Amino acid sequence: MGRFNIKKHDTFIDMTPMSDVMVLLLTFFMLTSTFIKPEPIKVNTPGSVSEIKVPDKNVLTILIEKTGRIFMSFDKKGDALTTLDGICEKYSLSLSRQEKSEFGQLPAFGLPIQNIPALLKLPEDSREAAMSNESNKGIPCDSLDNQFKDWVLCAKEVNPDLRISIKADATTPYKVIKQVMTSLQDIKENRYNLITTLKKVESVDE
Amino acid sequence: MKTKQKKKVVRVDFTPMVDMMMLLITFFMLCTSLIKPKSMEINMPSNKDDIKEEQQNKVKASEAITIIFDKDNKVYYYEGIPEMGSLKEANYSDKQGGLRDLLLKRNMVAIQKVKALRQKYNQTISSDAFAEKKAKKKLDDEIEKIRGEKGVPNVIIKGTDEGSYENLIACLNEMQICDIGKYVIVAIEDFDKEMIEYYKTNGTNPAAGAATE
Repeated sequence: MGRFNIKKHDTFIDMTPMSDVMVLLLTFFMLTSTFIKPEPIKVNTPGSVSEIKVPDKNVLTILIEKTGRIFMSFDKKGDALTTLDGICEKYSLSLSRQEKSEFGQLPAFGLPIQNIPALLKLPEDSREAAMSNESNKGIPCDSLDNQFKDWVLCAKEVNPDLRISIKADATTPYKVIKQVMTSLQDIKENRYNLITTLKKVESVDE
Repeated sequence: MKTKQKKKVVRVDFTPMVDMMMLLITFFMLCTSLIKPKSMEINMPSNKDDIKEEQQNKVKASEAITIIFDKDNKVYYYEGIPEMGSLKEANYSDKQGGLRDLLLKRNMVAIQKVKALRQKYNQTISSDAFAEKKAKKKLDDEIEKIRGEKGVPNVIIKGTDEGSYENLIACLNEMQICDIGKYVIVAIEDFDKEMIEYYKTNGTNPAAGAATE
């Protein structure tokens, strides 16, 4: 009797097609994606039918939280730094170069100018938490102390091509929005974008 | 004697490569936002007095519809010059009694024109990217022109302090859907607030309004 001839199967799977697909997917994601910008506060934008794209260069984003706190973020670090210079001069605030560049590292900021030195004294990783803390009031924007206006004015002086876009939470009280809008009106900024998410509406054919 | 050439298998194991790809893809998938946020462009009237006058000419109070949004997603409107009791309530839905219903009826002519234009545009869609862009721009310009024509109602949007940002966007949204080119956002006046109060107690009743005068 002959022996059972156990055939050894080759368990080698060819991974080349899989690798091909992966490379394709990877290229797709790399080309189409824009990185999520970290924001210190959560903002749920309302929906609209508007399909205008948000400009992607030279944008000054004004973030408004639902409690009414105002934050700002520049898309270019250089603009943020030069604007800070202007603000420091206006409010006679002295910051060292080191402090200024550290401020420029923040993805978004929103605090009264007087509190900036205190914020920069904190360790780097707790700054964002300090800004999203309840005790922080955001950039003041009322008739008594309108630092928001100065920030925008300075930013516009630094970069006249700057586009203002407002990203506010859907449940923000209109009072705050009105304050922001009238402040912008006061400094003759009459064109700006309101950031919304796309919400399709059945066409009005009937 | 023949030299026997041994055939070597030149198979490379791609598994580590795939592993790495997977990692990279997960990284990109988690860190990116594919949906780009959209935006609305608005033009606010300037605060300067000389332009204000011009703006006032544009939006004559007597021919305008004024929309006032209030807390709890309530929205009111009145037509023409405000008068106690002329306030009516509307809502944000697209059904009967909604803002859209009201504005659509008012703006029938312009909407028809815009619709015809859009249809024409959709039919002549071409594969040439450059021509496409040009046609789109032309379409936008023409729509803009129709929206600014005479007969298109003027809308004034006002909001109480208790209203929300969402309400404002909802109102602006209706302007876009109903092809209304001339609208302004202005601050609410005391009289408007009184009217809302009056509406809450008395409802829409022109007769009652006349009686109190």
